[in-house]
Amino acid sequence: MGSHSVKKTFGYTVIREWMAGKGQHPFAFQETAWQELILGQSGLVNAPTGCGKTFSIFLGALIEFINDHPTDYKTRSNNKLQLLWLTPLRALAKDLGRAMEEVIGELGMSWQVGIRNGDTEISERQKQKRRMPEVLIITPESLHLLLAQKGYPELFQPLRILAVDEWHELLGSKRGVLVELALSRIVAVTKTSSGISPISSAKRPPPNHGLRIWGISATIGNLDQAREVLLASLNQHSPGDQFPGDTAPGDKIPGAIVKAQIDKPIHVESVIPDEIEKYPWAGHLGIKLVDKVLPILERSKTTLIFINTRGMSETWYQTLLSVNPELAGIIALHHGSIDRELRTWVEENLHTGKLKAVVTTASLDLGVDFRPVDTVIQVGSPKGVARFLQRAGRSGHQPGEVSTIYFLPTHSLELVEAAALKAAMKINFIESREPMLLCFDVLVQYLSTLAISEGFDPAEILGEVRSTYCYKHMTEDEWRELLHFITEGGSALNQYDEFKKVEIIGGLYKINSRRVAMRHRLHIGTIVSDAMLKVKFMSGGYIGVIEEYFISRLTPGDVFTLAGRNLEFVMIKDMSVLVRKSNSKKSIVPSWNGGRMPLSSNLGLMLRKKLDEAGTGKSKDIELIALRPLFDLQEQLSAVPRENELLIEQIETKDGFHLFVYPFEGRLVHEAMAALLAYRISRITPITFSFAMNDYGFELLSDRPIPVDDTNVYELFSPEGLTADIQRSANSTEMAKRKFRDIAVIGGLIFQGYPGEHTKARHLQSSASLLFNVFAEYDPNNLLVRQAYREVMEQQMEEARLRNMLERIGAGRILLRFPRRLTPFCFPLKVDSMRENLTSEKLEDRVKRMQSQLNKATAR
Amino acid sequence: MKPPFPHRIKKQQLWLSPGRCVFWEEEKALIVSDLHFGKTGHFRKSGIAVPATVYRDDLQRLVAQIQYFQPRQLLIVGDLFHSRENRELELFQKWRADLPDLAFRLIKGNHDILHDDWYAAAGIELSEKKLRIGEFLFMHDIGDLTHPDLDTAVCDTGLSDTPLSDSPGATPNPTPVDPSPADLSPTDGYVFSGHIHPGIRINGVAKQALQFPCFYFGGAHAILPAFSRFTGMVSIYPKPDENVFAIIQYDSILQIQ
Repeated sequence: MGSHSVKKTFGYTVIREWMAGKGQHPFAFQETAWQELILGQSGLVNAPTGCGKTFSIFLGALIEFINDHPTDYKTRSNNKLQLLWLTPLRALAKDLGRAMEEVIGELGMSWQVGIRNGDTEISERQKQKRRMPEVLIITPESLHLLLAQKGYPELFQPLRILAVDEWHELLGSKRGVLVELALSRIVAVTKTSSGISPISSAKRPPPNHGLRIWGISATIGNLDQAREVLLASLNQHSPGDQFPGDTAPGDKIPGAIVKAQIDKPIHVESVIPDEIEKYPWAGHLGIKLVDKVLPILERSKTTLIFINTRGMSETWYQTLLSVNPELAGIIALHHGSIDRELRTWVEENLHTGKLKAVVTTASLDLGVDFRPVDTVIQVGSPKGVARFLQRAGRSGHQPGEVSTIYFLPTHSLELVEAAALKAAMKINFIESREPMLLCFDVLVQYLSTLAISEGFDPAEILGEVRSTYCYKHMTEDEWRELLHFITEGGSALNQYDEFKKVEIIGGLYKINSRRVAMRHRLHIGTIVSDAMLKVKFMSGGYIGVIEEYFISRLTPGDVFTLAGRNLEFVMIKDMSVLVRKSNSKKSIVPSWNGGRMPLSSNLGLMLRKKLDEAGTGKSKDIELIALRPLFDLQEQLSAVPRENELLIEQIETKDGFHLFVYPFEGRLVHEAMAALLAYRISRITPITFSFAMNDYGFELLSDRPIPVDDTNVYELFSPEGLTADIQRSANSTEMAKRKFRDIAVIGGLIFQGYPGEHTKARHLQSSASLLFNVFAEYDPNNLLVRQAYREVMEQQMEEARLRNMLERIGAGRILLRFPRRLTPFCFPLKVDSMRENLTSEKLEDRVKRMQSQLNKATAR
Repeated sequence: MKPPFPHRIKKQQLWLSPGRCVFWEEEKALIVSDLHFGKTGHFRKSGIAVPATVYRDDLQRLVAQIQYFQPRQLLIVGDLFHSRENRELELFQKWRADLPDLAFRLIKGNHDILHDDWYAAAGIELSEKKLRIGEFLFMHDIGDLTHPDLDTAVCDTGLSDTPLSDSPGATPNPTPVDPSPADLSPTDGYVFSGHIHPGIRINGVAKQALQFPCFYFGGAHAILPAFSRFTGMVSIYPKPDENVFAIIQYDSILQIQ
């Protein structure tokens, strides 16, 4: 490396001097990234937000350009596309662009920065078409829209550096697969232009040539894999060899990992209730702790309050205002259903420090940093270590500052999670993001995209597609099936068929129909949301959006809360919900379906460790000390499981016979496990159950005694025959049907209509469940249907995690207990299962009664 | 397929078939609704690859029903065709030509948008809104009788995309349909209609609910199930004194109430 040290280059000097002029100095990791970059390397920068990660790539691109044009780097303009900046957040683009333009201006350079996303105006796009800016900031969806444009190869051929920002966010989602596919095409396009392979194993390419890919990622458990997925297509084979097979053992994955060694201290503090409820129940305690929140707000400059669900965030906002009316005007609400203009207003006032606090959901997880924010409050379980860190990192950005996060439990047992999170952070035990595999829906979409613009040669594209991580293991049969699907439309009625999508013309796969092409453009992307309706006042004025699912349960006159306002539902008209203001004190808070993330396996593991400590009674964690009375009662009535133990409680109440199991593996695994266990028990004796589950465990309830005892319990939890048993036990067809909705939209089977063409479009509409039924019956081997079932097993059932859990249980010990009444552990589950049939008010009364009865029984 | 299920109304003998149609014995009429022929072709022509075999299956089922009941006439209570003309309708024409002795009577539905000449050429008698035969009145959308604007309200509930609910096995209903409009006059005759693609929910154990296509017989009118398998369903909520027959797996008729 010394032979070509970046520090000796002219470009570096220019940048360094520019920084020095501002009293700044490059961070070591930035210099390392610049070095790798000008040596022709690709790689991954691992840095948290707000510490110069953008500059680690952007300034590198500038250095390289200045080195290449030392005499006229300032005046050279219209240099074509040099740097493509991919970001998952279009809200970020503007700020990012502004920051880059500032640098370019101060350096006196003539580069232009363009933005391309759903908000970009047509005039701007046309301007870009005439003169491509040197830097283009783009979302994965808009990038695919560019690939759907004729002449895209010329656009990308000059490209030098492709940066993928927030790669950890994209990885593990179908948007990440969009990125993988686009990269595979762009790599191929730039290869044909320069005639050299960007990274060859034999010798390093000469500096300053070929495309380099750089990801920027926060810390995740599988950084190496993240790099491998991102850079996979750089290993592309030439078009000739169709199925190159897996990478040979000697083939090292190329690319560097540059880590920012910035240790930002994080201070975690739990909000501990004055009195610990021995019978905890979810969602109830949080709001009671509002009095403990007020002093925190007072002490801090600006506070972000993260709430897991949009519904609860509405409640919190209202409650804060009612306990301290002086907060009116200086606190705000920010979530995904709120009008964008209002959200932008909130963000701007966060920047300027005018807001004292903002109640928010995941909608403020990402994005630019708000400098005034010095405190974060997490209400309820963050469900994972990574998310907790991410949220903590939203506070205290100035160098040398501390990120401060308060954990506020929504039920007392959640305090254990706070202890577990602290421990996990200490050992940097952060979740992985598993990349998605063989997403045929995305591939169907991608092939159609290519067919719209230039058309594609299957042999060439197959090589590229198989160079990606996602489709590495796609078989030849699957590929043929895909091509058949887009050209012939699967099962047809030969002579009476008019299927028309992709046509083969001279070996080139093309879409010629303008209507099909137009429809496809409107459907590019993988974010499928629920059917949403706009909410408007009768008198006009837009408030936000709401799920059709929620509104369909209301009758006119009902009052609900949205964007912090009480609104009376009047009617639905033209896909809008018309409302008027309401002064009613009582309102229904929408329960959005989203936001129900399961507990991560990392956090689950730490949780079991903390319970283990709690069981020994020797823990020094303040959370566990505070929970002592709860654990004592749990121990007295049943047991506190050690790390290698699985606790099962069998309790009889007037509702029937309960079986409670506590694997601490998250809601999804528990759901699958409950179905599996119910199925295995029903093989012993015919018996019917109802289920309930939370992140800690699950419940089976029956009107008859449940035949689980120490003679059969290990067998019931055996991993043997797992796959077959879960397929038989759970209603996998129904689950697959739900998964199929997204797949059908992404794969282009569901037509959502274009603006302003309602009636005609209607004849092309069908629901996902109808399509699923038709496919399942008439074309059951269709690859999109198969994908739905596979997604059920991998994501819904989390089969791998379920298997690990059963193996862990098999290697440990099962504690079978028969408590004489409900225990602290089972109480939240019991409440959850009651919740469904009762309104929240009635539920609260009933729970209070139960709590006092149980407490009395304990006192006796 | 199990034999048809007998049901008497207005002293007329009806046979409800699991093949999603009704045979009216006195008039030797096979009554069907919402066949949506050409729907798969319409989708496929637009590049949406639904399996066209659904259509073939629908046609074959209709043939089987005609062979079984040997009707003199086929009464189609609307939505015979899904959209504009396409190649799939050529298959229909060919098949229609093989049944010269069978009268086809179509009471137009909202989807029947072909030119009148087309129907004439295919040997289909048209009724614009309703058709009265003896005690019975046939019309596509019962909502037309009472609420002229109900058409747009429930018109495509079976076709448009609805979010998937949490309850397994059930299609959620953005607009629950009360199957019985209040002001039907007895002089109109007993009405047979279609249009809404009625389904009936049956609640099973462990909070599971299943939905089946069904025949609905109220005091003054009946709603027929959609004949085509490429159609969705809308749940109906019948009153206790009304009759509902669910079609289970295309195999048997189960009287729900």
